[in-house]
Amino acid sequence: MEFFICIKTYKSYENTIKKPELMPSFTLLKAAHGGQTGVFPGPIVAPGGQAHKRRRTSEPIEIEDRLESLICRVGEKSTSSLESNLEGLAGVLEADLPNYKSKILRILCAVARLLPEKLTVYTTLVGLLNARNYNFGGEFVEAMIRQLKETLKNNLYSEAVYLVRFLSDLVNCHVIAAPSMVAMFENFVSVTQEEDVPQVRSDWFVYVVLSCLPWVGKELYEKKDVEMDRLLSQIEGYLKRRVKTHVPMLQVWTADKPHPQEEYLDCLWAQIQKLKKDRWQERHILRPYIAFDSVLCEALQHNLPPFTPPGHMPDAQYPMPRVIFRVFDYTDAPEGPVMPGSHSVERFVIEENLHCIIKTHWKERKTCAAQLLSYPGKNKIPLNYHIVEVIFGELFQLPSPPHIDVMYTTLLIELCKLQPGSLPQVLAQATEMLYMRLDTMNTTCIDRLINWFSHHLSNFQFRWSWDDWSDCLTVDLEKPKPKFVKEVLEKCMRLSYHQRIVDIVPPTFSALIPADPIFTYKYPDESASSLPGYPMSITVSNAIKNRASNEEILTVLKEVPNPNQEDDDDEGESFNPLKIDVFLQTLLNLAAKSFSHSFSALGKFHEILKTLANSDEGKLHLLKVLYEVWRNHPQMIAVLVDKLIRTQVVDCAAVANWLFSQDMAHEFTRLFIWEILHSTIRKMNKHVQKIQKELEEAKDKLEKQQHKRDMDKNSEDEEGQLEEQIERLQEKVESAQSEQKNLFLVIFQRFIMLLTEHLVRCETGSVDISTPWYKNGIERLQQIFLMHHATIQQYMGTLENLLFTAELDHHILAVYQQFCALQL
Amino acid sequence: ASQQLDTFSSTALKLSLCSRVGKFDGKKTERQCVAHKIYVKKHIIDIFSVLIFLIVYHKRSPRVGKFTEDILLNFLKFSNFFCHCEQVHELFSKSGDVKRIIIGLDKIKKTACGFCFVEYYTRGDAEHAMRFINGTRLDDRIIRTDWDAGFKEGRQFGRGKSGGQVRDEYRQDYDPARGGYGKLAQQHRPTEVRNSF
Repeated sequence: MEFFICIKTYKSYENTIKKPELMPSFTLLKAAHGGQTGVFPGPIVAPGGQAHKRRRTSEPIEIEDRLESLICRVGEKSTSSLESNLEGLAGVLEADLPNYKSKILRILCAVARLLPEKLTVYTTLVGLLNARNYNFGGEFVEAMIRQLKETLKNNLYSEAVYLVRFLSDLVNCHVIAAPSMVAMFENFVSVTQEEDVPQVRSDWFVYVVLSCLPWVGKELYEKKDVEMDRLLSQIEGYLKRRVKTHVPMLQVWTADKPHPQEEYLDCLWAQIQKLKKDRWQERHILRPYIAFDSVLCEALQHNLPPFTPPGHMPDAQYPMPRVIFRVFDYTDAPEGPVMPGSHSVERFVIEENLHCIIKTHWKERKTCAAQLLSYPGKNKIPLNYHIVEVIFGELFQLPSPPHIDVMYTTLLIELCKLQPGSLPQVLAQATEMLYMRLDTMNTTCIDRLINWFSHHLSNFQFRWSWDDWSDCLTVDLEKPKPKFVKEVLEKCMRLSYHQRIVDIVPPTFSALIPADPIFTYKYPDESASSLPGYPMSITVSNAIKNRASNEEILTVLKEVPNPNQEDDDDEGESFNPLKIDVFLQTLLNLAAKSFSHSFSALGKFHEILKTLANSDEGKLHLLKVLYEVWRNHPQMIAVLVDKLIRTQVVDCAAVANWLFSQDMAHEFTRLFIWEILHSTIRKMNKHVQKIQKELEEAKDKLEKQQHKRDMDKNSEDEEGQLEEQIERLQEKVESAQSEQKNLFLVIFQRFIMLLTEHLVRCETGSVDISTPWYKNGIERLQQIFLMHHATIQQYMGTLENLLFTAELDHHILAVYQQFCALQL
Repeated sequence: ASQQLDTFSSTALKLSLCSRVGKFDGKKTERQCVAHKIYVKKHIIDIFSVLIFLIVYHKRSPRVGKFTEDILLNFLKFSNFFCHCEQVHELFSKSGDVKRIIIGLDKIKKTACGFCFVEYYTRGDAEHAMRFINGTRLDDRIIRTDWDAGFKEGRQFGRGKSGGQVRDEYRQDYDPARGGYGKLAQQHRPTEVRNSF
């Protein structure tokens, strides 16, 4: 009988919730539980995008799935009020506690961890359950503490923050007694007294405490103001003595106007100070538990068990510090609600919630956009401005954005689709403001802005009011603004074609239009007949066209004179630049039609290329010739260099040396150079990781084999083979790591040489060092550290001993010191 | 392009083992069906570079009688096999390193007919493309991406009867960038003056 009543209750409850088209939370929990994501492969399961469509047709029959669905969907759009939904759900869950307690506990712990933007909805739910069933409340608190310990052990620090915040809000719901929460906070803050621990560790514990106060500060101060005051003054003392060397490296702009780029803890501290001054009155957070106050205050509270923060482990990866991104203030939203000030706690809460929404839904852009735009309380704030600021803040975050760059582009496009009347204008306003502040913007962030803006324009027919930016035409073209426009136009061209770009900009912008990406052949016709390689180029060209074999072509090439060699020194094996020039120019000319032709050519004549470039000078010259012929088509250069590395015709260090060579000095500030360099470093890193993985797998296999050995005598041969394989892989890993270390050494060495040269020249000439070239150079050095910090950490010792010594110019050394400060 | 020299590549080219997953007819026995499913499923799990079969949609609004020089140029550029490949490479590189692109060809004319395969080195990169590039625009047209089990020689040709994509067989509207009217519609409109590109 009871069972049927339960079903009935479900049905009536469910009917009150309009089934949303997208069930984000449900899918999310499924994903979190190791189930399927929203993107399905191939023909076996339904092709294409959304999991929810399948869910709807094959309704979950089991009660457990139903429970999960009900819990996840509470708080979403519904025909009834949130309060009545919560009341209904609490009743349903209470009835199910005898049979499904552990499942309900598990689901509630999961939503606490994974759906932080709905924090107060779920704390209210737990509060109601606790009021009806005291034991359940106690078990839930225990489960949460266990979960907190797990997340800390597994370096899941952002999730741990959500858990602590959830616990602190449970104080508001009369589930947890305020004094025990204060005790937990006190334990957290005592981490600041620890010695010999990384600063990022104590930073995190302080951050957790401060970030809970907007939710629970009022309640804690009412019950335990003396202790809280002591806590806050301890925090204040810690913040004063913190080292902040890392901050300049993480700032998006180097200027403090119009908005200072504050370090995240400093900003949060200022916000909490202001909240305290306002006597902890916080009006933005949605608090459903207030409506249930009469019920909740009757409930008995639990005490949190004493919680000692786990000690510092050497492999702990605390979150990196960050800088708060601000581009808007209250003067920027022309009409409608006012934007909360930069030190108001509302600003913190709004941004925190928007970040949480993106974190939860980033893989499904339509859902993410819909969730952002239906932010509760949106009528009281200029929501579009907050959304744009938060998204750009993530995109420009240093060292790297939380999610892949292209996600932000498509998210913004999706938002523009959903709010065509208002969001595009805000976005345009933001773009305009970013353009105006380009002079002091970090080069890495400018790169991301270029990529975002060009990709965005390509989705909107490249429509933009370029004339508004004609001020950039009046200054030196190396300055950030004209450089930005030039690079944007080049990227736009890659996504369309040259004539299109000519058509979209006003004629005054012609100096910034990229070159037509055509091949430049040295030996096109008889006009080149005076060049030493001309006759041979015709022979080689014919040989290739007649499908001569590699040996035949090599024989032909033997006739090419070597301008570097003495006549009697006839080995024919040493570096012959003319040979490389003739062969590569001719080959690439024949293959110039498309990427596929060129790839095909490089593949077919791979052996010849390897032979020609079998020395360091050979490799360098090969790249030089490649640049000469394709200098108008940087995209082609990039893909060909990629192929040459992957087929081991050139190695990574050769590419680095080529990019820093004198011949490429005039291109040093162009974006494509750095894209090639970073792509090269990434290939190197991936290569090392791949071999390391193979080694791990072989080691695992050996272990398994050794277990088997005890049971089966015949496997000794296999074991021997495996051990041999492991030895080989070990050597491979060591040699790969050595190559990787060498690559970084080469890059850093060249940087130091170039930058020191500039600094010395400026000093002797008594000229200001801050030229656009220098700004680009020093920030590109920073970029190497930021983009590859995880890998570079391994080689810090060598770098410090060999390169970043105390004798170095302090401008360059500062970059290194800021980098070291990031993880201290 | 010979890929066997790619030392940094995955084992994705062993896709040749994975038979083309077609629709299976009801005549197969249940055991065979299950075996087929498991076989392909296993390979889909093993594949860490996945192809994306890309279809370029025509714009919704028909351009009856309204073509100008601009559209003509656009079409030529767009149907330019070589230009298309570079745009696709640039766009799809945003979700990860692209291993190769194979442009779909009209079976008879051997010219581009609006689809291509994009292959990545890792599955994660292909997933990102499905999440963030699918449904956005390339050269002003919305593109759609789908998973593909594996490229095999011969799959780059359109399967429509006239040589292009099947969708272009049945298209009713006039789209100069896609060769005018759909093939069937063309057969019913012999008196229409058509531009020959």
